[in-house]
Amino acid sequence: MEAGTATPTKVARPEVIVHGVETPPRGWLAWLTTTDHKKIGILYIATALVFLMLGGVEALIMRLQLAQPNGTLVAPETYNGLVTMHGTTMVFLFVIPLIAGFGNYLIPLMIGARDMAFPKLNALSYWLTLFGGVAFYCSIFFEPPEAGWTMYAPLSDDLYSAAGGVDAWIFLIHLTGMSSLLGAVNFVATIHNMRAPGMSWGRMPLFVWTILVFSYLLILALPAIAAAVTMLLTDRHFGTSFFDPTGGGDPLLWQHLFWFFGHPEVYIMVLPAFGMISEILPVFARKPIFGYKAIAAATVAIAFLGMLVWAHHMFATPTATVVLAFFMLSSFTIAVPTGIKIFNWIATLWRGSIVYKTPLYFAAALPGLFVIGGISGIQLAIFPVDWQLHDSYFVVAHFHYTIFGGGVFGYFAGLYYWWPKMTGRMLSESLGKLSFWLMFVGFNVTFLIQHSAGLSGMPRRVYDYNEELGVTTYNLISTIGAFILATGVVVTVVNIVWSAKRGKKAGNDPWKANTLEWFTSSPPPPNNFDVIPRVRSVEPMKDIRREVLAGARPAETVAQPAAPRSV
Amino acid sequence: MSRRLLTAAVAAALLAMLVAAPSALADALTPESGGSQNADNIDTLYKITLYIGLVIFLIVEGTLIWSLVRFRARRGGPEAAQMRGNTPLEVGWTLGAALILVMLTVVTFLYLDDIENPPASGPNGLRASQAQFASIDQPEPPTSGGPVLRVNVVGQQYLWRFDYGQSNDLFTYHQMVVPVDTTVVLHITASDVIHSWWIPKLGGKADGVPGHINETWFKIPGKLAGTTFHGQCAELCGAGHADMRAEVRAVTPDQFEQWAAGQREAIQAAHDDLAAQRRLRERQD
Repeated sequence: MEAGTATPTKVARPEVIVHGVETPPRGWLAWLTTTDHKKIGILYIATALVFLMLGGVEALIMRLQLAQPNGTLVAPETYNGLVTMHGTTMVFLFVIPLIAGFGNYLIPLMIGARDMAFPKLNALSYWLTLFGGVAFYCSIFFEPPEAGWTMYAPLSDDLYSAAGGVDAWIFLIHLTGMSSLLGAVNFVATIHNMRAPGMSWGRMPLFVWTILVFSYLLILALPAIAAAVTMLLTDRHFGTSFFDPTGGGDPLLWQHLFWFFGHPEVYIMVLPAFGMISEILPVFARKPIFGYKAIAAATVAIAFLGMLVWAHHMFATPTATVVLAFFMLSSFTIAVPTGIKIFNWIATLWRGSIVYKTPLYFAAALPGLFVIGGISGIQLAIFPVDWQLHDSYFVVAHFHYTIFGGGVFGYFAGLYYWWPKMTGRMLSESLGKLSFWLMFVGFNVTFLIQHSAGLSGMPRRVYDYNEELGVTTYNLISTIGAFILATGVVVTVVNIVWSAKRGKKAGNDPWKANTLEWFTSSPPPPNNFDVIPRVRSVEPMKDIRREVLAGARPAETVAQPAAPRSV
Repeated sequence: MSRRLLTAAVAAALLAMLVAAPSALADALTPESGGSQNADNIDTLYKITLYIGLVIFLIVEGTLIWSLVRFRARRGGPEAAQMRGNTPLEVGWTLGAALILVMLTVVTFLYLDDIENPPASGPNGLRASQAQFASIDQPEPPTSGGPVLRVNVVGQQYLWRFDYGQSNDLFTYHQMVVPVDTTVVLHITASDVIHSWWIPKLGGKADGVPGHINETWFKIPGKLAGTTFHGQCAELCGAGHADMRAEVRAVTPDQFEQWAAGQREAIQAAHDDLAAQRRLRERQD
């Protein structure tokens, strides 16, 4: 230091000083320290699939307990723990991380960027989610939460849930919530600023549209639940009484805050799946998407209206009729943009030349299943009808048709569709189709019959039911279906493990797809693209293929700025 | 040819099942009803939505499956039509969907009054002379006509308590006894966590929320005297949630009078007994 400041005049010619060479870490350390959006995406997806297994096992234990009346497999407390763990796991540790994973992996590739806007923030998002999950699952070694994933006060208050399980749940919400917020900010910054030259809003892939809307919804909805769980934490431990009527609080305040987040959360969970099948259906129908603008606009409309319907989860609470009527009508209006999407997807298939590959099976099943959840959703939105259906197995059936049928089937389509890009190898088609049919049949056997159980008077979240209720057969059928469904999921896992080593080589563009991620190699190099083609339409890859066929140079390209040294 | 035969056989079997088991099917596809007008009206409203829903379901699934089968890629088949949209079609199905929802809204509001607001008691219900249960200090009696029976329902882990009137001298647990052909208005709350009152055949749910009073009603027709209706708590309330059952026993007004008198006596006797025990213990101390 002294010497350097003492001899400033001597440094006349430029010199290069090397302080040391950073070798990129290898093996597990590479995964631990990565800020590469693709590696983070894969970490997210792998984590989500592990939690899918855990949540699925919880569901199977519940279905076994309910297969017959007077089941003795688990104690009532354990059953309530399973209900809570299953719901929380599937929402916060499976679906949301899975979307974050696909979003992370695909958004920079689809918009022609080198990485996300804030790579380190991105890594932080992932680790927050993982540790949220770990903190939550640690509670099974003590006492898991038993108040349902909705954690209604006062049941979740310290007087009725003294054990630390609820606190573990609160930490999970805070950690995964922070993760999602940071992730959402990152997506917004990336999508707004880093699109390829020529990719105007009207040429952005529909999956990117849905991830953008997903991100804005998270930013709007998450603060409500963050506030609510903090209030619950202080109610439980620091003597406040936000939700405690004996201290002047109100249990309904919890429900309003929870559902102000909770209903947008439903659209947060399904919109990216809608985006995925809006990418996949045109590729396999060999046709452009029908009504691109209508689908993009419907996505925004669903998100906006989705913020205004939360109290339709509270129709049985003591609430003025005019309020109930408002929330009925606002819920009705969502059916319009959703219907637009469904019709546009069908019109995309119409007069196509449909190639039957596994991603198409899952993608084409989505509108067929989601429409059932949509119709039962309209029935539930009619508040006098909801008074009968609310909190019954009808509702359980309804939201599984929307989130599993309308969400998870889309994510499985996405998994089969983008897996070759992520690994460079194809998944087995025969195992994929087997998995699809097992999941499709198993799903419908499990959940269609649950409508009837609910209509016959079976409430949700019960560890046992009365034989005289007449729902014994329904429950047995549902349990059998659950195991068929689980077998289907296992077949996909086997497929993933098998193809990781033995799958056919995929090449850059195995599906003859439309979007930019297929322009680069499979798997893509650390910084994705050497050159970025100028985007001239919603289907840049189709343009490039046409130019190549015509013998022209593959499109006008724009050189990337120099890549940074370390990854 | 054999494929067509198979299709026909499957269709015939399905049709036969539909014809053979309409009652079983109706039971599996519609909510419980038959114990009270509001439950019946909800059932009707539900069926209207079900029929409209079924039509939409068939249109969507039909066009979806037909497109998937008809337009599968074939060697030498036609190229995919490169169309990107159709504005009149988009406007059409947007307006169509909106129109169906407007229809549903109108139908809902037509039925709402009958579902939400309790009617008057019938001529064979509780008579005015027996109407000591109809507390006069409640605001806005629902309608004119025979007296209305008001019951305060309190949920607690894992039991329902029913208080008749305000004087605290007549109450029961688990089984509510009510006269037929009489409008029974329930004021529902809870003393610990949230519970939800639900007897499916007698109408919809009403949450009992601590610090709030919720209201619902039912009116059991005269011919159902002697029936017991079953239900259970519909809001997760703890480990015993599934065991928190409730019953409503419908009896004739005279039987109700008898039961009420007996129950009052039993409660008074229990109070007296308790007082006697207390005095005995105090003397012994």
